[in-house]
Amino acid sequence: MPKLTIDGKLIEVEAGLTVLQACERAGVEIPRFCYHERLSIAGNCRMCLVEQERAPKPIASCAMPVMDNMVIKTDTEMVRKARRGVMEFLLINHPLDCPICDQGGECDLQDQAMAYGFGRSRYDENKRAVADKYMGPLIKTIMTRCIHCTRCIRFATEVAGVEEMGALGRGEHMVVTTYLEKALASEMSANVIDLCPVGALTSKPYAFEARPWELRKTESVDVMDAVGSAIRVDTRGREVMRVLPRLNEDVNEEWISDKTRYACDGLTRQRLDVPYLRKDGALRPMSWNDALKAAADRLKAAPGDRIAALAGDLSDAESMFALKELMTALGSPHVECRQDGAFLPADSRAGYLFNTTIVGIERADVCLLVGANPRWEAAIVNTRLRKRHLMGGFTVAAIGPALDLTFPVQMLGDGPKALAQIAAGTHPFSQKLKDAKAPMIVLGQGALARPDGAAVYAAARKLGELCQREGWNGFNVLHTAAARVGGLDLGLVPTGKLKDVNAILDAAASGALDVVYLLGADEIDMDRLGKVFVIYQGHHGDRGAHRADLILPGAAYTEKNGIYVNTEGRAQLAKLASAPPGEAREDWKILRALSEAAGKTLPYDTLADLRGALVKAHPGFARIGDVTPSSLGSYSGPAGSAMDAPFAHPIANFYMTDPISRASLTMSHCTEVFLNARAAKTGTHG
Amino acid sequence: MSTAPEKFELTPENLAAAKKIIAKYPPGRQASAVMPVLMLAQKQHDNWLPQAALEYVAKLLGMAPIRVHEVASFYTMYNLRPAGRVQVQVCTTTPCWLRGSGAVVAACERALGVACGGVTPDGRFGLKEVECLGACVNAPMMQIGDEYYEDLDSASAAKLIETLKSGGKPRPGPQSGRKTSEPLGGPTTLTTLRFGKDA
Repeated sequence: MPKLTIDGKLIEVEAGLTVLQACERAGVEIPRFCYHERLSIAGNCRMCLVEQERAPKPIASCAMPVMDNMVIKTDTEMVRKARRGVMEFLLINHPLDCPICDQGGECDLQDQAMAYGFGRSRYDENKRAVADKYMGPLIKTIMTRCIHCTRCIRFATEVAGVEEMGALGRGEHMVVTTYLEKALASEMSANVIDLCPVGALTSKPYAFEARPWELRKTESVDVMDAVGSAIRVDTRGREVMRVLPRLNEDVNEEWISDKTRYACDGLTRQRLDVPYLRKDGALRPMSWNDALKAAADRLKAAPGDRIAALAGDLSDAESMFALKELMTALGSPHVECRQDGAFLPADSRAGYLFNTTIVGIERADVCLLVGANPRWEAAIVNTRLRKRHLMGGFTVAAIGPALDLTFPVQMLGDGPKALAQIAAGTHPFSQKLKDAKAPMIVLGQGALARPDGAAVYAAARKLGELCQREGWNGFNVLHTAAARVGGLDLGLVPTGKLKDVNAILDAAASGALDVVYLLGADEIDMDRLGKVFVIYQGHHGDRGAHRADLILPGAAYTEKNGIYVNTEGRAQLAKLASAPPGEAREDWKILRALSEAAGKTLPYDTLADLRGALVKAHPGFARIGDVTPSSLGSYSGPAGSAMDAPFAHPIANFYMTDPISRASLTMSHCTEVFLNARAAKTGTHG
Repeated sequence: MSTAPEKFELTPENLAAAKKIIAKYPPGRQASAVMPVLMLAQKQHDNWLPQAALEYVAKLLGMAPIRVHEVASFYTMYNLRPAGRVQVQVCTTTPCWLRGSGAVVAACERALGVACGGVTPDGRFGLKEVECLGACVNAPMMQIGDEYYEDLDSASAAKLIETLKSGGKPRPGPQSGRKTSEPLGGPTTLTTLRFGKDA
């Protein structure tokens, strides 16, 4: 390992690092604009110049590999002069519009000009001006501010995998643009806003909304998919102003999907803020006491086996635990969290987790996707798959509808037949799985949420057993719902004679149920509920609330402290960033109050008490942030026979998958631009 | 062809030439052929590259269209707008300028009736100022099509243009009568040496 001296300090680093990285290890800060540790090295901003002994001129530390016996100086007059010079050149064409720039206060250029700049300008010619570019409904551009670091171009090409951004022209006439000024068609597009070191690319929905120093920052996790990306929720007063990514190397690195980032404006629209009761066909507001009494009366009047409860995709573990306890107390065995009807047995944990883990994808060499479209179901997982693809030596194959995942995918078939062939070993691909050092199979909800889900699951489990190696579990279920793994961990699967959500809905339609309790469950077909009395507890006036006879207003994910378990089985904490609107309350509190009104008081008065009970019953929830590896045993559950029908992906519109994103204006703009406009071009129009 | 066409395709001969160029690079590195292939396309399409041609080249080489556009917009020898079927490029870099390229430019402008950077209304001639073309010993000079015309002055430049306009083919090289870049009054050294058939 090379040894080098940085500012008089001897340091030993791995070979292959750059001087800039070595300086960081030595605790020396090097200013930079174009260099980013997750992107390729460009070396074009020249801000990272340092002095190397015996080199004739300053070197760009981001592009210079470390060598033995190098002597680097970062605090000499030569370096200071070089930085001042570079900064002066960068500012020649950069407008002095910080007071009206949204990047103000969190701008690399502003900060570094203060720290390393020259303090004044000797330039009095005209500055250049660049026409703004259209990049879609999320990215606002003020291209005059661009300093040509090319981070956005490298991100689009390398990480997002859409080669649509580029730099046209040369020298002073260089402009950064998308091809033909089309919207950047990626689910990860808005990350370029974070990457932009200046105010050239800023957030369109958040334009001129707030200044960073006005915002209260809460570190939380995302619930728009089952990945559980680390996010920072920025609030001003009660309103969530924006959502930004937070670093979590194990999950999202430092990226988040556009839905995670921009569905937050849905939190202020269509909210349920008082309890409602349906009278003569219309929902009428009422007080909490009356609403709880009405709910309790219904629940008390119904025999236990004529009550069912469905937990929705955004529910926190605490409220699902309380729901299960309440239903058990009321004598109902019908508590279900798989509202899409996916066949997922809750008995073996490894049987429903993404066991490889997201970071583990980087060690895989063969991947088989079964009825999954990771690009839409878990954009972060797709990004990790792409990262693995770029490392080389990675084969991805898929069974299901055609896919564009931004990397090559070998299509092996469209339905259970191909899966059965591979599982039986009669398909050439099964040999590939057998020979692989770290094979992984990813089972999507599109393969499980169908009448023959059990047969598909059984075949996939068999394949999963083929994907076991020493210290490697290659069986993965890719969930789409943030609450699903938590719900399965808590055992929210019916134990009575109604086996799944379809049985519950059929029973409701046929009059075999009296009350159905929906805890934020909006993804079921409400028409199938028949004439049953529906209590809806949730935060948005979405499908469930439209059907409901009684509405108990709850809290969205930014308005409560709750545990969510991601698709890997990683329990994470979502934190309260602002209070729920109006009279809406945190969900566990509603269930606790309802239990008291129904005469079955749940034994906890505080969230800490509830978590205590939760962890006592399910110790896994105490390991916040960690994944506990579990081994995949052999499968002996039901199987049944598979149908011929091809798999279908569960998500028809990436931008609208839950009550929050359906209420979001930004997400509806994205739907219009990315889905409807493109469909119109290739569809039957004209 | 001064309006942008919807479709562009290389002619079979040019496609064969492009395939020959592509074959020079290792498999999977066909993008390396982008510059010569763009040049082929430009020559085929009256000296300019419409959007359709960029996209055709991108598809031929398995590149993203934006990558081809980046290359084509970076180099000044690719024209992204109609530039005239015959391109008159007058060098105005220092040596040519010292030797009177200003007068050459003015003569060309007068003869063609367009300013530098312009295209004649019939789309036939395009006039352009360019940087050093590497023929400073015969300054001032200009390039028309693929040929160099050197040792120019106002009159010889105007004559060149007029010949071209009337469909003639002027002789490339020095217009002053001297042979390549030998001294103006003929050779002054090595006068006794004979080469080739003169030996």
